[in-house]
Amino acid sequence: MPQFTDLFFYALAGLTLLFGFLTVLNPLSRSPVTSAMFLVLTILCMAGLFVLLHAFFLAAVQILVYAGAVMVVFLFVIMLLDLKADERRHINKIAVGLGGLSALAIAGTLVASIVKTVPVSQTAGRLAEGETKALGRLLFESHILPFEILSVLLLVAMVGAILITKKDLR
Amino acid sequence: MTPGLHHYLIVSALLFSLGLLGVVARRNLFVIFMGLELMLNAANLALVAFSRYHNNLNGQVMVFFIITVAAAEVAVGLALLVALYRKRQTAHVEDLTSLKL
Repeated sequence: MPQFTDLFFYALAGLTLLFGFLTVLNPLSRSPVTSAMFLVLTILCMAGLFVLLHAFFLAAVQILVYAGAVMVVFLFVIMLLDLKADERRHINKIAVGLGGLSALAIAGTLVASIVKTVPVSQTAGRLAEGETKALGRLLFESHILPFEILSVLLLVAMVGAILITKKDLR
Repeated sequence: MTPGLHHYLIVSALLFSLGLLGVVARRNLFVIFMGLELMLNAANLALVAFSRYHNNLNGQVMVFFIITVAAAEVAVGLALLVALYRKRQTAHVEDLTSLKL
């Protein structure tokens, strides 16, 4: 009798891969808006996987930052630029075939090396403290310098994005 | 069977290959960008799984940093796409061959 959380893992993993496939190669629609919507679903399922791995804070960040902020910017830009002309183009069969071949090769290599090297009897231990509390302590005690550099990076990205999209730089 | 570390790693590997498929096979710049996001997310999943099964939270800190850098990357990347679209009226890689010899 499998445990309830095990079923959750298989359901979420399957849905993640299904939605990921529909993001990149949707047989019914080639619109980037559809792809973006399926990417949102992929990210939501991945947040579920993070919860199963006891990474509660990261699951929240994944939903808030990725599904909330990043994908909204994506959809906003896609809808801002009217991309109707692109949808009528025929899909390149050779590119899909070669791409599928290379993706299969990479997948085969990775899965084979994982099956060969990762021990099957790997069990997860309990963390002493609450996961989010310990993560916060780690983030603000030993990783405070990268954290601050990251805030500068976000500022630089913001200024850069405004500068790049400006019509004339005078 | 109870999912272990290798289950999560296999899901992550397959998700990475799907992202690669999107980057190689599709011709729309937005979908290529989404494929890149998918690959980043696959790496995040692998890091979280390692951090859980090795009882080391440094992996989760790394994922937090990756998510933030990815957000900055999306902002700059989409700004570049907007600038490109303003200049060339296309978001299709087959129209962007000025660097071809």
